[in-house]
Amino acid sequence: MNYRMITYILGWILIFEAIFMTVPAITAVCYGESAIVWFAVTAAICLAIGLLLTKIKKPQDKKLYSRDGYVIVSLSWIVLSVFGALPFFLSGEIPSYIDALFETVSGFTTTGASILSDVEKLSKSMLIWRSFTHWVGGMGVLVFIMAFVRLSGAQNMHIMKAESPGPSVSKLVPRVKTTALLLYAIYFVLTLAEFILLIAGGMTPFEALNTSFATAGTGGFGIYNTSLGGFSAYIQIVVIVFMLLFSVNFNSYFFLIKGKIKDALTSEVCIFFAIVAVSITVIAFNIRSMVGDLGEAFLDSSFAVSSIISTTGFSTVDFNPWPELSRTILVLLMFIGACAGSTGGGIKVSRIIILFKSLGKELLVMIHPNQVKKVKLGGRPVDHETVRSVSVFIVAYLLLFVASMVLISFDEHDLITNFTAVAATVNNIGPGLELVGPTANFGFFSVLSKIVLIFDMLAGRLELFPMLLLFTPATWKK
Amino acid sequence: MDIIIIGCGKVGEALAEQLNEQGNNITVIDTDAKKLNEVSSKCDVMGVTGNGATHLVQQEAGIEHADLMIAVTGSDELNLLCCLIAKKAGNCKTIARVRSPQYSSEAPFLKDELGLAMVINPEQAAAAEIARVLRFPSAMKIDTFCRGRVELIKLRLPENCPLVGLAVKELSSKLGCDVLVCTIERGDDAYIANGNTVFEERDVISIIASPKKANDFFRKINYKSKSVKDAMIVGGGEIGHYLCDILVNDGVSVKIIEKDAERSDELCAQWGNAVTVINGDASDQEVLLEEGLQQAGAFVALTNLDEENILLSLFARSEGNAKLVTKINRIDFEDVIKHLDLDTIIYPKSITSDTIVRYVRSLKNAQGSNVEQLHQVIKGKIEAAEFIIRDSSAVTEEPLMKLKLKDGILVAAILRDKKVVIPRGSDVIKPGDMVVIVSADSELHDITDILR
Repeated sequence: MNYRMITYILGWILIFEAIFMTVPAITAVCYGESAIVWFAVTAAICLAIGLLLTKIKKPQDKKLYSRDGYVIVSLSWIVLSVFGALPFFLSGEIPSYIDALFETVSGFTTTGASILSDVEKLSKSMLIWRSFTHWVGGMGVLVFIMAFVRLSGAQNMHIMKAESPGPSVSKLVPRVKTTALLLYAIYFVLTLAEFILLIAGGMTPFEALNTSFATAGTGGFGIYNTSLGGFSAYIQIVVIVFMLLFSVNFNSYFFLIKGKIKDALTSEVCIFFAIVAVSITVIAFNIRSMVGDLGEAFLDSSFAVSSIISTTGFSTVDFNPWPELSRTILVLLMFIGACAGSTGGGIKVSRIIILFKSLGKELLVMIHPNQVKKVKLGGRPVDHETVRSVSVFIVAYLLLFVASMVLISFDEHDLITNFTAVAATVNNIGPGLELVGPTANFGFFSVLSKIVLIFDMLAGRLELFPMLLLFTPATWKK
Repeated sequence: MDIIIIGCGKVGEALAEQLNEQGNNITVIDTDAKKLNEVSSKCDVMGVTGNGATHLVQQEAGIEHADLMIAVTGSDELNLLCCLIAKKAGNCKTIARVRSPQYSSEAPFLKDELGLAMVINPEQAAAAEIARVLRFPSAMKIDTFCRGRVELIKLRLPENCPLVGLAVKELSSKLGCDVLVCTIERGDDAYIANGNTVFEERDVISIIASPKKANDFFRKINYKSKSVKDAMIVGGGEIGHYLCDILVNDGVSVKIIEKDAERSDELCAQWGNAVTVINGDASDQEVLLEEGLQQAGAFVALTNLDEENILLSLFARSEGNAKLVTKINRIDFEDVIKHLDLDTIIYPKSITSDTIVRYVRSLKNAQGSNVEQLHQVIKGKIEAAEFIIRDSSAVTEEPLMKLKLKDGILVAAILRDKKVVIPRGSDVIKPGDMVVIVSADSELHDITDILR
């Protein structure tokens, strides 16, 4: 384990966190809020520690192995959240540190689960910081840093592999750095496009910026207690479209720009949209009697489905009282999640496809024991390693899920609440059902449960293994 | 530059690593996903799995935008096919590794008719390098610049060498030698020599001089400088075959020991009486002694096993006084082998990748005073580059001592009107000169890069 190199990168993380703080600081200046003091204090702390770790002595040995990559990623996210929570806590706007941490982790992991019962009480700079953490966390902090800090390339790949969502990571272009820049460019342009369209729909720049940040990262922090309820149908449609766009594999956009439409429409993307279309239709007809008008039913169900499957977690109407069929579909969508290589969470569509195909393969092998069969994705055979890692992922996922459920059930809430609370955090969605439904929040959980859910959010965002490795003794052995 | 490498063997990997370090965008194609994984976890390159000779796979690797395609798979035919397809699919320069003597003898035709930029034959290149060292056996390695007028020679200082204890700057005053000492390797350290460095026993030094001055130098430090008259070669593979060709031409008497009877017959048929072919097992010490190892002027170990080559050379060192040349396939253990005192080590894979890297560097900067020749003095650390000064620029106006050179830069030789000048502080670089620069910075693309 290259400890010096790990602390060096953590130092960079803190320097960048200090830079990120300028966004809420500027907001505070614009609105004349006193909260700027707390952002300045936090930024100063981050900068001081960051400079101490990076500038004093550069690491001699820059070699990183894959375990260093995993440790760097998980520690980075923890450090980022621990310091990111300071402004909320220091300013007293969120009095308990655990709550502030929950809120920040929920932000960076693009979950969007809140412990606040009254969001509107927060100052504007705090609100923008919350939304901005979504934007930063969506594409990945380390990917961002890699685009700017000079590390030797191959080592970056270990970090990128550990941070990027999806069963396998492929580069778009030979260099990691160029790949990272390209991804961020696409991300930035899409965010900007949404911002402009929202302004055109009559949102104030502040509302539009917050909403764009939260959609881009597929986070879902709203700035009103009713989330996006009450906004016009146009705004809702823009948000629906962008939630779906941000849950598509970013590689597809790269191919689109290059004019390779065939390569862009991978089987994963097609199946993703098929799932979305079917769910929207079923739910729309299912809730028609409740809403009355079919058009409105379609709008509500489209919003809920896009919000859940993209793991954003915005809401326009409360889907808690919807019929059981609709609620069940929504819970299922929580688990499927977005496409690999997007900013969304969940198990990921490509993993689900691989799982189903390998199940089919196993069944065939039972009928014809000597048959040779390969799992294929998009016409290409998926190598055995990937299939195996997907299966292991599901096992780890289930174990984590069960363990978390048991731990938070000490609070004695009902089963649906516990189940959807864990589902909503592991899959980085935000709202669940019953007590944690779209109109409720996570504030009532005990400290222990909050810590468990914080861990779930981080584990879910980093695809389980980096966080689990942190607690594997072998990682720390020489 | 965007470069596609097809074939991820040892050469492909070495190429990917070196070219990537020099700031090129590398895509590697191989049928074996495992090998691609290995190389992409070592350096920042993209891997594409598939048959590199298919249009589809080349497209996926981005052949349309590539500047160069290098085919280094194990098969000659596949390499040539890759180049043909790349030529049609994109408009890039192509390099093929072709090792079979039949094709290799047609290299000029292949280059012209198939539009290849370069055909490289590692075995032939290795044989040429061995032959060069045998002509000048006191050196470990010889590279030439300015069409052979300047030589870069690497040698190890023997015990009781008159140089030991002298400082570099005392060279011309005490011994009257007009050579320039470029680098000194001592143990694991390597650096560019300055005037105050004192020579120690067993240092490996490299010098730059004209061939005549170099001869002079070797005489003064009591080194033999006569070329080898007779050589014993173990292993009659491709390198042995090419080497025999060159040595027979040079008038060296060659004895080649080959284990395989059939191959021995083939070799014998090739040269008749010019070469003595011995069908025997060279790992049997008796065979070597019987064939006159103790009297041989040079001993060249070219079997397919690295370990065997090393052992044979060590044995030859203990038994006789021959100049040793040892072929090693695996590059990985270079640092260890360096300490074994085996005179000259030949790495065919490195020779291939160095030649290609050299070509890529010269492609990069087609105008101005670009790199004409490039040799690694100390692998990955110090290199020597030759420039032709075409126009006047910042470096041509003032004497060398007034130029603000970067650290780790040495102006090693100037060739003007066919005369080699070992530059002193008062010398000036002029347009029309050829200049050899030794640098510890591999990012030298233009002569003006030597300035701060």
